[in-house]
Amino acid sequence: MSDHSSSTLAHHFDSHEQQREASTVGMWAFLVTEIMFFGGLFLAYVLYRSRYPQTFADASNHLNVIWGGVNTVVLIASSLTMALAVRAAQLANRKTIVLMLILTLVLGCVFLGIKAVEYKEKFDHHLVPGKNFQYDGANGQKAQIFFSLYFAMTGLHAVHMVIGAGLLIWMIVLAHKGVFTAEYHNHIENVGLYWHFVDIVWIFLFPLLYLLGFHVGH
Amino acid sequence: MSTTAGHAAGGSNYLTAEHGLKSWLLTKDHKRIAVLYLISVSFFFMLGGLFASLVRAELLTPAGDLLSADSYNRAFTMHGVIMVFFFLIPAIPAVLGNFLVPVMIGAKDLAFPRINLLSWYVYNLAGLLGVWVLLQGGVDTGWTFYTPYSSVYSNTAVIPAAMAGFVAGFSSILTALNFVVTIHRMRAPGLTWFRLPLFIWSHYATSLIILLGTPVLAITLLALVLERGFGLGIFDPAMGGDPVLFQHLFWFYSHPAVYIMILPAMGIQSELVAAFARKRVFGYPVVAFASLAIAILGFLVWGHHMFTSSQSVYASTVFSVLTMLVAVPSAVKVFNWTATLHEGSISYETPMLYALGFIGLFTIGGLTGVMLGTMGIDLHVHDTYFVVAHFHYVMVGGTILGYLGGLHYWWPKMFGRMYNQFWSRIAAIVVFIGFNLTFLPQFVVGYLGMPRRYWSYPAEFQIWNVLSTAGATVLGLGLALPLVYLLMSLKNGALAGNNPWGAKGLEWETTSPPPTFNFDTPPVVTEEAYAYADSHLVEAGHSDKKGKKELHGV
Repeated sequence: MSDHSSSTLAHHFDSHEQQREASTVGMWAFLVTEIMFFGGLFLAYVLYRSRYPQTFADASNHLNVIWGGVNTVVLIASSLTMALAVRAAQLANRKTIVLMLILTLVLGCVFLGIKAVEYKEKFDHHLVPGKNFQYDGANGQKAQIFFSLYFAMTGLHAVHMVIGAGLLIWMIVLAHKGVFTAEYHNHIENVGLYWHFVDIVWIFLFPLLYLLGFHVGH
Repeated sequence: MSTTAGHAAGGSNYLTAEHGLKSWLLTKDHKRIAVLYLISVSFFFMLGGLFASLVRAELLTPAGDLLSADSYNRAFTMHGVIMVFFFLIPAIPAVLGNFLVPVMIGAKDLAFPRINLLSWYVYNLAGLLGVWVLLQGGVDTGWTFYTPYSSVYSNTAVIPAAMAGFVAGFSSILTALNFVVTIHRMRAPGLTWFRLPLFIWSHYATSLIILLGTPVLAITLLALVLERGFGLGIFDPAMGGDPVLFQHLFWFYSHPAVYIMILPAMGIQSELVAAFARKRVFGYPVVAFASLAIAILGFLVWGHHMFTSSQSVYASTVFSVLTMLVAVPSAVKVFNWTATLHEGSISYETPMLYALGFIGLFTIGGLTGVMLGTMGIDLHVHDTYFVVAHFHYVMVGGTILGYLGGLHYWWPKMFGRMYNQFWSRIAAIVVFIGFNLTFLPQFVVGYLGMPRRYWSYPAEFQIWNVLSTAGATVLGLGLALPLVYLLMSLKNGALAGNNPWGAKGLEWETTSPPPTFNFDTPPVVTEEAYAYADSHLVEAGHSDKKGKKELHGV
């Protein structure tokens, strides 16, 4: 074992293999908790959509499908660059790791920027639940629950994106320093798993929130 | 008995390896983090106890004379919030589990030591939020935070209280994550799943519940905060929301949380019964699987908290049947501990007194749980003191007795010193008597119809409440005693030696207190847990037992 690899092996592990397995199992277990976390809101969505199907479909038409669609493409592209970064880490190709991580970060920021534009539209159109809520369709009171779920779910997703961006910056610094080797790149793999998870959440959110109006009654 | 306490690795153990406050606050050693947790949970236990004594003092007389109705609501809410989130849930896993899981499986540390330390800081951050709630005048929703009272009507500090629960949840998730990975990936050579101590099995099952359940509570409390603070309407009837959804989500976590509290105590129970009956736990694999069965079935019974919450009667019937089912693995455990005692060579050391108390009290708590799971009875006693008595029998009679038993059992391992045997036995008996005097009358007065969460009551209930408050005083005294003699033992206690109880298990093979990396030579396991058949050899006083050979130079 070279000096470098023994310095990346924590004292309480016997081998790099054990260390890598531990970190992978830990990350997957963490993602299980994330699924349960988002699951609560998805349950609320299922409940209220089945209770107020038409209200949900109407309210869904107030979301901007173009921006939502563009954001979906942006996120899928960022998942590709993230996967390429992990691949580069396995091959210990430092320059490619840094480049791909930066691309992922840029795409993530584009997503958040578009999300901010969308939020501003909702504020301008008084579609934020509460005292100032104004809604021209039927069942105005109940439409608030759609927008409550919209803000809660996409907001929680955006918070996860921000955390992901922070993790990416950390990884870029580490990769730039040349910390990662072919046998030691657990961090990048785990950040990759996290990033893909956050993408998948969006893949569910987009049709549930944006495309609903298209297939129910329109 | 061996005299090598503090002798390992040239006189250094985990307590003396480093010095200074900084070495503690930045430690990554699971044993030191366990000690930090011990200090924190003890503090919150006393704080929660303070509010309990306010509640009991108010209930001494039928009139609402000591506290106003508002203050009383805050007192029982703070008692519940602090005891549940800051003591019962973290106490056993974060203190004893943290200390013992790596030692029992022959690992040097938990898989993620930094995350382990982080969990302690997150716990204390939640604790600070809890103290902030107190400074804001407390919260009066009950620990259940039911909407729409919590989201719309309460004038108290609901948001910081909900955030305290939210943050505390993260600390238990971090601990559970560490346990799952450590138990999966870091067992010593030869330590197969069915050689694991049952303490490990129950912590594994507990960790699964924490990982699957806690995030649901987190999102529920977050939705509550969004609703109260930002006007989103997920549970708000005015916007078409459904407050009962809050109850479903809340109990989806909070019923399994009962098993988060009791399963680790059951793990301790198995260790104690085996050690002081000098027998292998009867039906070991059944007890191990019973932990997993409880973890799984525990997720399917939350609706029994909602028989009176407009839940459909068909749903209630299913939840009722499932509630009976979860009693089966719990009963299996009780029967197996009893069978372990049968023809055992029993000694009545302090930890064993707690273990025996646990069997009786948990049985009463569990059986009254089955009664409450029966819809007809539940409609009668719902929200009465019968329910209060039931869950205190499980949580105090179960979890706290288990915790105290475990603390007394492993204290000599943790600190290398023995406490006063006479006073510790007295304390165990006083706790048992005080506990029963506190909560048995509550079964009666609840069945007679006294509702919970009121600061005054009809005069005919006074005798039962006086008995209960008297019992609480005795219980408080019994719980204060260990604080004195355990702390005194740190200075004056006799050196414990490696294995003061002559017990089996990897933790008794290392020194007391253990060295920083737990074992001077990595252990290899060649026998099953609780191999007490040849226990006369152990009692002869040799702690380097046969069977679990230490390989040199691995």
